[in-house]
Amino acid sequence: MKLLKSIASLSALALMAATPAVAQVKLAYIGEISGQLAVSGGNFRDGVVLAVEEINAKGGIAGQRINLTLYDTQTNPGVARAQTQKALDDNPYAVLGPVLSGNVKVTMPLFIQAEMPHFIGGEAADLVTLGDKYLFRTSFGQQIGMPKIANYIRDEIKAKSIALIWVNNDFGKTGRDNLLKELASRNIRLAADVSTEAGQVDFAADIVKLKAANADAVFVYSNEEECARIMREAKRQGLKGPFVGDTTLLSQKTIELAADAAEGVQGHVGLTSDAPLKEVEEYKARFQKRFNYVSDHNGIKGYTGVYAIKYVTEKKLGGKFDRKALAEAMRGLTITPKDEPGILIETTWDQNGEIDRISFLAEVVGGKQKITKILPKIGK
Amino acid sequence: MADFIQLLIAGLATGGIYALAAVGFTLLWQTSQTINFAQGEFVMLPAFFVLIGMSFFGMPFWLACVAALILSMITLGFMFKKLLVDPMLNHGTLPLVIATIGLAILMKEGVREFYGADAWPFPPLAEATNVTVLGAALSLQSLIILGITIGAVVALQLFLSGTRTGRQMQATALNPSVARILGIPVERMILYTFLINAALVMLAALLITPIYLAKFSNGELLGLYAFIAAIIGGFNQMRGAIVGGLVLGVIDNFTAVYISTQYRLVVPLVFLIIIILFRPQGLLGRVEERTV
Amino acid sequence: MMVSKKTLAVAAMALSVVFLLVAPFLFKPYGVFILSTWVVMTIAAIGLNLTLGYAGQVSLAQAAFVGIGSYITAYLTTRGWPFWSTYMLAGTSCFIVGWLLGYPALRVQHHYLAFVTLAFNTLVYLIFRNEEWLTRGIYGIMNIPRPEVLGWSMAKPIPFYYFLLAHLALISAATWALIQSPWGRAFIAVRENPIRALSLGVDTRRYTLMAFALGAGLGGISGSLYAALVQFIDPTPFALGLSLNLLLMVIVGGSGYFFGPFLGAVVAVLLPEWLRFAQGYYLMGYAALVMLLMIFCPTGLLGFADRLLTPKAKSDSGPNPVLPDSAAPQKAAG
Repeated sequence: MKLLKSIASLSALALMAATPAVAQVKLAYIGEISGQLAVSGGNFRDGVVLAVEEINAKGGIAGQRINLTLYDTQTNPGVARAQTQKALDDNPYAVLGPVLSGNVKVTMPLFIQAEMPHFIGGEAADLVTLGDKYLFRTSFGQQIGMPKIANYIRDEIKAKSIALIWVNNDFGKTGRDNLLKELASRNIRLAADVSTEAGQVDFAADIVKLKAANADAVFVYSNEEECARIMREAKRQGLKGPFVGDTTLLSQKTIELAADAAEGVQGHVGLTSDAPLKEVEEYKARFQKRFNYVSDHNGIKGYTGVYAIKYVTEKKLGGKFDRKALAEAMRGLTITPKDEPGILIETTWDQNGEIDRISFLAEVVGGKQKITKILPKIGK
Repeated sequence: MADFIQLLIAGLATGGIYALAAVGFTLLWQTSQTINFAQGEFVMLPAFFVLIGMSFFGMPFWLACVAALILSMITLGFMFKKLLVDPMLNHGTLPLVIATIGLAILMKEGVREFYGADAWPFPPLAEATNVTVLGAALSLQSLIILGITIGAVVALQLFLSGTRTGRQMQATALNPSVARILGIPVERMILYTFLINAALVMLAALLITPIYLAKFSNGELLGLYAFIAAIIGGFNQMRGAIVGGLVLGVIDNFTAVYISTQYRLVVPLVFLIIIILFRPQGLLGRVEERTV
Repeated sequence: MMVSKKTLAVAAMALSVVFLLVAPFLFKPYGVFILSTWVVMTIAAIGLNLTLGYAGQVSLAQAAFVGIGSYITAYLTTRGWPFWSTYMLAGTSCFIVGWLLGYPALRVQHHYLAFVTLAFNTLVYLIFRNEEWLTRGIYGIMNIPRPEVLGWSMAKPIPFYYFLLAHLALISAATWALIQSPWGRAFIAVRENPIRALSLGVDTRRYTLMAFALGAGLGGISGSLYAALVQFIDPTPFALGLSLNLLLMVIVGGSGYFFGPFLGAVVAVLLPEWLRFAQGYYLMGYAALVMLLMIFCPTGLLGFADRLLTPKAKSDSGPNPVLPDSAAPQKAAG
């Protein structure tokens, strides 16, 4: 299946080379195709590829076909910088990626210097505060997501103390730090703070620690597979929840891998391909048909990023490919699915490139993610 | 107390996984001075053989396993030895180390590119039920892993000491030149160890993938742990690998609970350094006298 | 035959030097950055080649020293220290740590030594990641400034490339002098036959430690330059993977050959970039090529060239290119 896909893309590449020169607009994806973060970077890439194929099938952006180039950072900052330089040397119209916040930081000075709009997947809080006027998120930062979760823990779960288990990498550590800040300001006590490794398999010791903490709720913040393993071990040891989590804990992948151990898990979901919106559901189906696996939120990030570029170029710039104007027009912009179906969910960017979107409260019921409440955008 | 037992037995069960991968390490080292940096990937790959057999060719699970075993023996056993190890045998361990690092990248990237970066569920050998022992809830799966691991190694030991071929293999491991003088087909014996290693990693894949899930990057951490287990136990003793794996699993769990989760790898590593400096032959290993 | 070999080597060297000097005018900024990375990695590999290739001590901790050097420079320059002071500090600190890490080498060798250093590298990585007060952990250190030389800013890619190239030239010259000196001969003596070296009055203890310390010091210097090159560091590049990659550079280039690390770094740094046309397959292609290289030239590229050019290699007076493992007896039990 993947093999077929690879052959298809190779032959597509050959075709691309053979077609006579029509007007083309260059986009670049710089991201974690291999290395530690290959799952996230791969999803983001496939989201981008899907959007580009759809747009090209319908005649491109403002009549110009998109010529997409992929650059693999290997999840390594030095390589990320080199690849960004390579992408910039090729003078693309805009850039998508990277996903890892560290890789966003290392490439930032180059983007600022080149005045290049880039649509990142990174969610670390500080990324929008570093003075990069050309940076735009594709999902909101943890400083926006975590307060929502903290409110949820306080208001819905009514927990006074919480046991935290998180994965010690770029994603888990920054999320944990932000959550701790929010919990402290709401007087919720941290009963346990358990760091785990990416790729960890045996969580027996970690669950023992969580059990000993005897907290009102357990917060699980890790990648999908590890979330699933944590839930299985928790069930085995009889650790009572309630279990609260974020997008990854409530994702369909986690539920599938954890089987009945994920039952009853609840929490806040920022961006999810399980969202009960027509556009998202259709996207999910198209993605699965194309790549034969289920898109996670990173796929949506890449996909909507490309459509944001298309929308702004066609509708706000009158089809002119002007990088600085693109960045200018993005700031303070709201795109709704009515204007551009490919944006999937109504999205607003602020002056710093931060995003505002609706988000969801959800619960796992009967092996499925069930949205229990839709949280409005902050700016409303 | 229940916690203590929980940690101990869970640690032993995880240790069994490390041990299974570590046994292969020690086998290859003994007979051919191969330090296989791709051993973790060797465990990762057969799981995908099974998955491909099931999804591409529509085989039932058992048939896919048989096919995967044969394929493992051919690629990870025979071809690995003939194409990679043999040409470098006379040039010391380092070129081969580099080549196995290359092999690890090749296998990892191949699976990622052709099958995908996601984690895939894998059919379990046993129901996901729990057994309660002295107040600690343990998964049947872990206990089965532990049992099969020990069983496999005992069987291997019996084979090595109880059969003619086994003794010839041992002689080869101890001193190939003397073995050759005694008329033992050294080449064939070495090939056998590679085939056994291929079968062992297939077994390991079958046992652990239901828990690990099939993922291209599984080998990285597993390889490192298997490595540490092999060294702690004694790099040149198969039984050592078992003890090393179990000790590692238990130490790892107790470190996480009683010392630090952020530094959980530190205690095993420090332990490893101490072992090497003061008992380099490992807990069970024998002193290496042979010069290469 | 000897003459032609020497002429060939000199010609190849002269061509390479000319290429390196004019390269910035042939390439786009990306090419300059990749070449700069090559320079930095070559320096680290030269260090490892001293430890491994000349003195025969297998170290899998070179990435740890590159990391320590990087963090020293990153931490201090972002707090206003001048680059040069941090550069010296990076070199000397790593020299000292390397000296200390050399002590296990007095007890155990070969694969055992490799395991100890491997463990050390992993420990150092965990410290980088976990001690956030010191290293900023996974948040990384941003905006690392590039140095000035006599008031000239090296911030732009091309001046910084020449700055790195000058370092490489100086370090190469110093290493060359060291290898030709009695010290270099002592290193080789320690590698070839430690017991005989000892009986001939070579203080093997001191030279073993020195080989470690010098290799580590060069690792630190390389790290210091790496921090200034990438201008952002986090723990990820300094994990075991880089140590293995540096080992690869030394072995693939030709362990114990002076120019081995230069060629090895070409393979490890430039080859994957050349292969990128293969899209998703480039890392697979790279891995396959490395394996083929090892199958057909197990003594490295220079070992292979040496064999081609010297039909019966007996009279070679240069550094004797024997792989440490193949000749030296195993000192397993210490």
